[in-house]
Amino acid sequence: MSGAASPLAAPIVELRDIVKRFGSVEALSGVTMEVRQGEVLGLLGDNGAGKSTLVKTLAGVHDPDAGEIRVRGRKVSPWNPLAAREAGIETVFQDRALAPQHSIVTNIFMGREITNRWGLIRVSRQVAEANRLMREIGFTSKVFNPESIVGHLSGGERQGVAIARALYNRADVIVLDEPTTALSLTETQKVFRFVQAVRDSGRTVVFIGHNIYHVWDIADRFFVIDRGRTAFQGAKAAFRGADHLIEMMHQLAETGRADLGSLDPEKLAPSA
Amino acid sequence: MTATPTAPGIDSRGSPGWLRLFYRRNGRALNACLTFLLVWGFFAANNPTLFLIPGYYNAFLFSVPATIIITTALVFVVVAGEIDLAFPSVMGAAGGLFMTLVISGVPVLPAAGLTMLGGAVLGAGIGAIVVYGRISSLVATLGLNFFIVGIVNLLAQGRNIESRDSIGTFGYRFFTGKWDLFGLQVPNHFLIAVAWTVLCYVLFRYHRFGIRVQMVGDNPDSARQMGIDIDRVRVGVFVWSGLAAALCGVILVQTANMVWFPTSGKAYLLIALAALFVGGTPTWGGVGTIWGAFFGALTVTLIPSGAVGAGFAGFWTDFIFGLVIILTMVAHRFGGARVR
Repeated sequence: MSGAASPLAAPIVELRDIVKRFGSVEALSGVTMEVRQGEVLGLLGDNGAGKSTLVKTLAGVHDPDAGEIRVRGRKVSPWNPLAAREAGIETVFQDRALAPQHSIVTNIFMGREITNRWGLIRVSRQVAEANRLMREIGFTSKVFNPESIVGHLSGGERQGVAIARALYNRADVIVLDEPTTALSLTETQKVFRFVQAVRDSGRTVVFIGHNIYHVWDIADRFFVIDRGRTAFQGAKAAFRGADHLIEMMHQLAETGRADLGSLDPEKLAPSA
Repeated sequence: MTATPTAPGIDSRGSPGWLRLFYRRNGRALNACLTFLLVWGFFAANNPTLFLIPGYYNAFLFSVPATIIITTALVFVVVAGEIDLAFPSVMGAAGGLFMTLVISGVPVLPAAGLTMLGGAVLGAGIGAIVVYGRISSLVATLGLNFFIVGIVNLLAQGRNIESRDSIGTFGYRFFTGKWDLFGLQVPNHFLIAVAWTVLCYVLFRYHRFGIRVQMVGDNPDSARQMGIDIDRVRVGVFVWSGLAAALCGVILVQTANMVWFPTSGKAYLLIALAALFVGGTPTWGGVGTIWGAFFGALTVTLIPSGAVGAGFAGFWTDFIFGLVIILTMVAHRFGGARVR
């Protein structure tokens, strides 16, 4: 596979010993996670494991109570949505933040319109730019163009609009929060194609999913969180297959810990 | 164009031709235009000789501009997901302010400019109460309408203000002068209304403000997530409607021969809202049409006089009015349901 993260790839985002509390509840109790340049990192975890808190922390929605966040080796503080965006991390949440009654172009440039100094939209430049972004992730078709109404698109295609928008915002790291939940098989394939195109362009994707098979197909490396802690992580090659990963997650759910001995130690966590 | 392999036949959505594309972009406005032509055709068929005389439309062109100006501005408010029922009071207050300035010696044009500024400030106040007070705009503007009318009445003590001296000045002629077009008298304030509509169209369709109004109305949560200051946009639409209402107020007193009545503007509440919805702007927000509102204003202004001209007795007017509104609502329903 081209573009897969090599073990030596530098971490682009590092979360170190992140703790996040909501009142007396500790949602994250010391999570350390690395996202490496050019990889697709699959983030897995049961309901209530702390997945969405971790995603919101990456997006800057939550400022952790303890621990630090480093982007390209430099500590970023304070951490908030603007800081995350400026650091090149763009998060596509489940609701995708689209305006369904409007065109793909209008949605891609929502809040960041290309205008002249009078505030008038530069229509043809926006359309050209939208075309370029859509081509970049393979989000093209004979049946729609940048002028098509988003509400007429399928679920997977809407994810494409959100991803194209994230690229326009010059994101190096795109965090996709459950992008394939509630999508059919063909729609899921479309999203995978977009994700692969993003990775092939040298950017990084964090892919959060419920369906382990979906995440298995698309990710280069897995990070599993359980009860607010890092349960285990490893490159795809360390597992015998998707079923092996599922078996470990079952173990984790039942006993609270997974048998790490079954993983190929050489390929487990190369940079640790 | 690089087309990625999508299996033909799986996707049944065809690629739209330019005609379909044009209709999809302008369908609501075209429907509103068609409505106007149908209503006109229905009246004209009953009394062709009268309806083909250009001079018959003099009164129509004289009375329609205020409705056009306020309706096109209300498109912004409704598309943003709000409603403004306070604009009649702003019209009245603006007319009073304008006349007060004129009788204290300010020439007509600067007075009109200052009045529009005042209307914008009043609109900003109304918007701020709605948006930052987190009150439903329906309730807040309903109350504010009474409140502002009340203040105007208290200040005016029920008296009219008039300034016959200003008749004939350059500023007065700027608003009320007429051009003869084959026996049809086109008043300047109609041309102002057309220019205003073009301005609204550009602002709505091609300016950052108009686009953001549409985003906020379509999905406020998305707009906020993408960094749009949705409160500012919402206040902005009330500023725009206040500005338009003030312009209407200025025009109303001038077309009444420089006389201001404390009740000025009151009659426009239901007419402008009817024009807006006949014009094809849906109630749910996010989308709307400026040219549709323009044709909607023409339609609702034509009905009362047109019905009489077509030979219907005066007491038919409300019936026909209601019928047209209901039928166009049904037609617009077929024309475009909400896309989610």
